[in-house]
Amino acid sequence: MARRLPEVDVVLVGMGWTGALLAKELTDAGLRVVGLERGVPRQTVPDFQTPTMHDELRYAVRHGLMLDPATETLTFRNFTGQTALPIRQLGSFLPGAGLGGAGVHWNGQTWRFHASDFNLRTHTEQRYGRDIIQEGLTIQDWGLSYDELEPYYDRFEKICGIGGKAGNLRGVIQPGGDPFEAPRSSEYPLPPMPMPLGPTLFAQAAEQVGAHPFPLPSANLSRPYTNSYGCHLQPCNACGFCERFGCEHFAKSSPQVCVLPVLMGRENFELRTRSTVTRVNYDSTAKRATGVTYIDAMGQEVEQPAGIVALCAFSYHNVRLLLLSGIGQPYDPASGEGVVGKNYTYQTMAGVSVFLDGQKNINPYMGAGALGMAVNDWQGDVFDHSGLGFIGGAYLGGLQTGGRPIEYHPVPSDTPRWGGAWKQAVRQHYNSTLGISVHGSSMPHRYNYLDLDPTYRDGLGQPLLRMTFDFPANDRLMADYLTDRALEIGRAMGGRVEASRRTGHYSIVPYQTTHNTGGAIMGANPRESVVNRYLQHWDAHNLFVMGACVYPHNPGFNPTGTVGALALWAARAIREDYLADPRPLVQA
Amino acid sequence: MTADLTRRDLLAAGGTAAASLPLAAHGQGMPGHAQGQAAQAPPRVWRFFNEAEARLVTAMVDRLIPADAEFTGAAGAGVPEYLDGQLAGAWGHGNRLYRLGPFQQGTPEQGYQLPFTPAELYRLALPAFAAWVRQGYGSGFEALPGALQDEALSRAETGEAGFEQVSSAVFFETLLANTVEGFLSDPMYGGNRDFVGWRMVGFPGPYAGYVDLLERHDLRFTRAPRGIAEAMQEHAAHHRAPTPQR
Repeated sequence: MARRLPEVDVVLVGMGWTGALLAKELTDAGLRVVGLERGVPRQTVPDFQTPTMHDELRYAVRHGLMLDPATETLTFRNFTGQTALPIRQLGSFLPGAGLGGAGVHWNGQTWRFHASDFNLRTHTEQRYGRDIIQEGLTIQDWGLSYDELEPYYDRFEKICGIGGKAGNLRGVIQPGGDPFEAPRSSEYPLPPMPMPLGPTLFAQAAEQVGAHPFPLPSANLSRPYTNSYGCHLQPCNACGFCERFGCEHFAKSSPQVCVLPVLMGRENFELRTRSTVTRVNYDSTAKRATGVTYIDAMGQEVEQPAGIVALCAFSYHNVRLLLLSGIGQPYDPASGEGVVGKNYTYQTMAGVSVFLDGQKNINPYMGAGALGMAVNDWQGDVFDHSGLGFIGGAYLGGLQTGGRPIEYHPVPSDTPRWGGAWKQAVRQHYNSTLGISVHGSSMPHRYNYLDLDPTYRDGLGQPLLRMTFDFPANDRLMADYLTDRALEIGRAMGGRVEASRRTGHYSIVPYQTTHNTGGAIMGANPRESVVNRYLQHWDAHNLFVMGACVYPHNPGFNPTGTVGALALWAARAIREDYLADPRPLVQA
Repeated sequence: MTADLTRRDLLAAGGTAAASLPLAAHGQGMPGHAQGQAAQAPPRVWRFFNEAEARLVTAMVDRLIPADAEFTGAAGAGVPEYLDGQLAGAWGHGNRLYRLGPFQQGTPEQGYQLPFTPAELYRLALPAFAAWVRQGYGSGFEALPGALQDEALSRAETGEAGFEQVSSAVFFETLLANTVEGFLSDPMYGGNRDFVGWRMVGFPGPYAGYVDLLERHDLRFTRAPRGIAEAMQEHAAHHRAPTPQR
């Protein structure tokens, strides 16, 4: 039998970005909060220290900071007729593990979504009519608007110390910024970092083709900064070790540097690490979550009753916990009914390489995870999609994130894969090649979804999550169109260009992004969503679900900015509305 | 236009003695041979490979990344020693690998589905490759001329070299990826000896701050590579030990 602990006000499942933000906001309100984290405790000092953190083999290749698949993984298939098989080695995406979650090893590219993303179906039908929406695409509105979320984007950016240049301040277009962004209430808290040659060449070429380049919004700090919580951050020194690494310099926004310093030590907060939540306990009669059950560090089962439960684990882990707990109706692609697991989406990535053949010294190792220039001329619904046959778009980015050589040694596609010619090509191209990334949206499709696997289990004996996913035709068309735009810019950069198009089935082998979204989506009613606009579960008003799993589709941006903004938006609703009168905040 | 290094950059680029040792001081020959090594050098001890496996894998990786006039190949770079350490350690024994069944063949998009750890894969595949080469070419792989070695490797790459228990293509991909890792990872893992991989591409090593150089476009930055060990020495000299943070 599980050991039953005294009830607390709030239990948080997972202590990454959203867990840390909720813990801070809800302890501010005087609540007693317990944060359960299945991984290890870890801090900048002593865990992310130089020079040993700069070990590409250990952290980038062997995934030292990531979730161990032997502990838990997913099964995967491209379509429902296949047998899903376990993802035995991490590849396409890299879920984090441990205190801080993926907020430790991210790059720091911190975007806002566009206003039209939040009412995608209504906007699309109004502008183009229904026919542009391909058969099977299950796009829908999010249930809240950009204008409502804007103050929380602003707050998250000031917690992180994001560096950038506003392009639209309260409706007035600003030179040097992104003219297509939605209106911002204030300038970024910090200016951009200095730009190296590669992104500069990208920006010049983008201007030549008529696009509007701007510095990509970055959580790599450009100045010393004290955030709105009173935490101190330091400037980035462009060491080139962000993605897959923890930052030793207090220079990349993370739960560790932006939130935990003020949270840890609070009397009404308790962090329990090595605590793996196996289910949310649910009273289906009262339609309430009663707490969670977890396995502690000693392997013992513990029940933690709580007045409020918030799922703050990585995106699809929240979906799995809902399914394991039997809360909400699982989605059935055959009938289209049910909601849990519906609208799993990803990111549609492509790219262009520009080979300058030794004509320039790029010095790719002088980098930072979000250092670069981007254009949004073909993002979201910025451009007219009439006659194109698809919806959505992408940002095109010229970034310099680091030149770690095991994984970064670009060669032209006609280079042999090994032998003397390969060696010569690696030598020739390492320091004079640029890349343009096509960071594309992912539209939900009826047959892309998450459910529990019938065969494979995790180390605790519970069913693994099963992912069924392939790129919809809509997104392939989008990626092709955007890759053509990237090729135009690449040609204007003056080198030999090569496209890496989005072809073939989705594969879990090559790394693409860790932008796994959807599966516990937000929306206007319980028939088509798991949570309401306040991320409150339709079937349990004291259960809140954080993270990118609530996205009804994945826009062509990195997801973390919106993850942070939504967590702060939900925290406000809990503090200022729910606590005084616990109830469904939206009537079904 | 190529900008020049400042005096400060050059001082910062001082590097270590190891980084500037001439290549000739280190053998490019086969492991176990004394060529180019000091007379007092201790015998090479393999932790995972047996002698036959070591000879074979050394010959194989040295075709995947062969020596050229300027830069040694995988054998001279210590890739066999790198592989030996990896296969003897946690990764070789299946760390970070989901190993529960049932096992069945999947599509390429579903990734690795074999029941073998990396160590088991090498242990099965190396003798299978050796036997397949001996049968088809009438000689051991090590004794074949380079062109035939390359042909045999290509046939393993395509999967044409049918091994009984394991796909030659799966093994080839693993060996190729591990060879590149060994050539370009920090020398503390046994490969990238004398920073040969990093010198070849111009990677100055993993520990540095470049923010003041970002706007010096097209800078010709030629600092000799430093590894984690060298950076640690410099770090210790310049900083007090950090105080743990709560």
